[in-house]
Amino acid sequence: MNSGILRQMRPTFVYALLGIIFMFAAPQVLQLFTIINLTTAIALAVLALSLALIWGYGGILCFGQVAFFGLGAYAYTISAINFGGSTWAILMAVMITSAFAAALGYFIFFGRVSDVYLGVITLTVTLIFFSLIRRTSGPEYKIGNALLGGFNGVSSPPINLPWNPTSFLFPEQVFYVAMAALILCYVFAGWLVNTKFGRVCQAIRENELRAELLGYDTRLYKLGIFTIGAGIAAIGGVLFCNGVGRITPDVFNLYNAALTIIWVIVGGRGTLIGPIGATFALFYLTSALGGQSVLNNNLVLGIILIFFVLLVPKGVAPTIIDWVNARRKKAPGRVRRRRGSRGEGAQ
Amino acid sequence: MTRQRGDVVVETRDLCMHFGGVRAVDQVDFTLFDRELRCLIGPNGAGKSTFFKCLTGQLRPTSGEVLIRGQEMTGAEPFEVASLGVGIKTQVPNVFDGLTAEENIWLSARRWHGDARARALTAETIERLKLGDIRRMLVGRLAHGQRQWVELGMVVAAEPWLVLLDEPAAGMTHEETFRTAELIEEINKTSALIVVEHDMQFIRMISRTVTLFHEGRILMQDTMEAISADKRAREVYLGHRA
Ligand SMILES: Nc1ncnc2c1ncn2[C@@H]1O[C@H](COP(=O)(O)OP(=O)(O)O)[C@@H](O)[C@H]1O
Ligand SMILES: [Mg+2]
Repeated sequence: MNSGILRQMRPTFVYALLGIIFMFAAPQVLQLFTIINLTTAIALAVLALSLALIWGYGGILCFGQVAFFGLGAYAYTISAINFGGSTWAILMAVMITSAFAAALGYFIFFGRVSDVYLGVITLTVTLIFFSLIRRTSGPEYKIGNALLGGFNGVSSPPINLPWNPTSFLFPEQVFYVAMAALILCYVFAGWLVNTKFGRVCQAIRENELRAELLGYDTRLYKLGIFTIGAGIAAIGGVLFCNGVGRITPDVFNLYNAALTIIWVIVGGRGTLIGPIGATFALFYLTSALGGQSVLNNNLVLGIILIFFVLLVPKGVAPTIIDWVNARRKKAPGRVRRRRGSRGEGAQ
Repeated sequence: MTRQRGDVVVETRDLCMHFGGVRAVDQVDFTLFDRELRCLIGPNGAGKSTFFKCLTGQLRPTSGEVLIRGQEMTGAEPFEVASLGVGIKTQVPNVFDGLTAEENIWLSARRWHGDARARALTAETIERLKLGDIRRMLVGRLAHGQRQWVELGMVVAAEPWLVLLDEPAAGMTHEETFRTAELIEEINKTSALIVVEHDMQFIRMISRTVTLFHEGRILMQDTMEAISADKRAREVYLGHRA
């Protein structure tokens, strides 16, 4: 319920504050190399957040969230090359991606495509992007001044100060931008799930027919959250190509599509902070594994996935929340009385 | 539009719903007046739920028409039917398992009102249906009868002028069944109702006019006494049950 949306967002603000502290502290203590690496992890965390929103809260299992991420990155890169600046390019990236998601979502939701086929369609779209863009190596594949570059990809112009195309940001500054974007997206998503719109989306996740029988046009709500999620993924894509310096069709490959789902499963559906945390954890795990040759990277990820699906099916964050709640109940003397609705708020 | 007792609120004309060769609903002409309380009875498989689903937009009829308050609603989406101000409870309980009882009911009230009014209505409904003890509990953890009550709460909280209930007392205890009958009487003070039911005792508690379905058609429409006395009706239904 809406009773005191700010109070319900209290955990969101706490995590946002931790994020802000991290944002200012990290460049003081960490080396530039680590900071640049972190920017990529942050971009991926924004992607995870977008799937946490539409899957965890909207109940839409989109296997191709990475398509919106990649599309955002390509749209940014191509626009930035053509416009000679990043300001409009960022806006274009979000708008093109959202418009694409809205069109795709319109056919899916208004066509009443079932959940399974939704997964198949979104994954197929991702793989179509993958193979189409891979084939664009020739000089004839040009959008304005931007060569698509096939499997080599395109190098992405760095973000500049707003309306000031000559003042590019340095990697450390890009880190600040990325972290701020992650925090803003997180607070926005945390607010959204506590609005009426977000509550109805969660109701649809629980039981779509019931939501319809209450008089909600569920197709509109699903389309709405799907489109918003795609827009957030696009922001992640913009940050990603800035962190890496280029964008290649590999962003659309099956491995990345699966990885996004793994972050959300490990972090936990129904929370926003869980998948963000899981993304950072798994990002550093894979980086650490990359430096050795004893264990295969994919094997470890596969084992983690199986471990979570079988033993921690709710994911890390919801399991911790359940555990804390259970302990609170056991110590009645120290129970804080909570008014309004419990649970379900954004964490 | 002002409503008067005696206005037709639900009408079906020559309604048919066929599944392949099965004529689940066959040429049904049905009329419900405002403030009326109508029970639909009939043996299992008589087509009551199918008829119900045609009214609520869950099924698109093979042919025929559905009119709600004079408006053509044949093949409308469920949300369009509900958006007319129709409260619906399906045979299989449909609730939001992962949300609390309170949130379930709030979502119903919130469809029609701003947040403050929706919260007030939610509190009222919880009081009225005596759901205070379970309001903070996840509905998925509740007993079957309680879930049914939460669903009834969702129907009531929307303040509908027409209420459609498919087997509201199914799986309830004796006490709960009795209270459901009371609630239905109370709802009937302000709304018209169609209640699909199996439980004869329950029907005797609430019934005015009863429509008896058999093999997809309306076999009889009369008072419960008259139907109980009718030989044909006893053969298709009452014989095996009451
Ligand atoms: N979706 C369906 N597909 C095929 N047959 C169905 C379907 N739904 C109901 N039926 C058939 O229609 C008939 C009426 O069923 P139903 O309306 O559920 O009866 P009731 O509610 O009176 O017990 C039954 O013979 C049932 O098997
Ligand atoms: Mg039935």
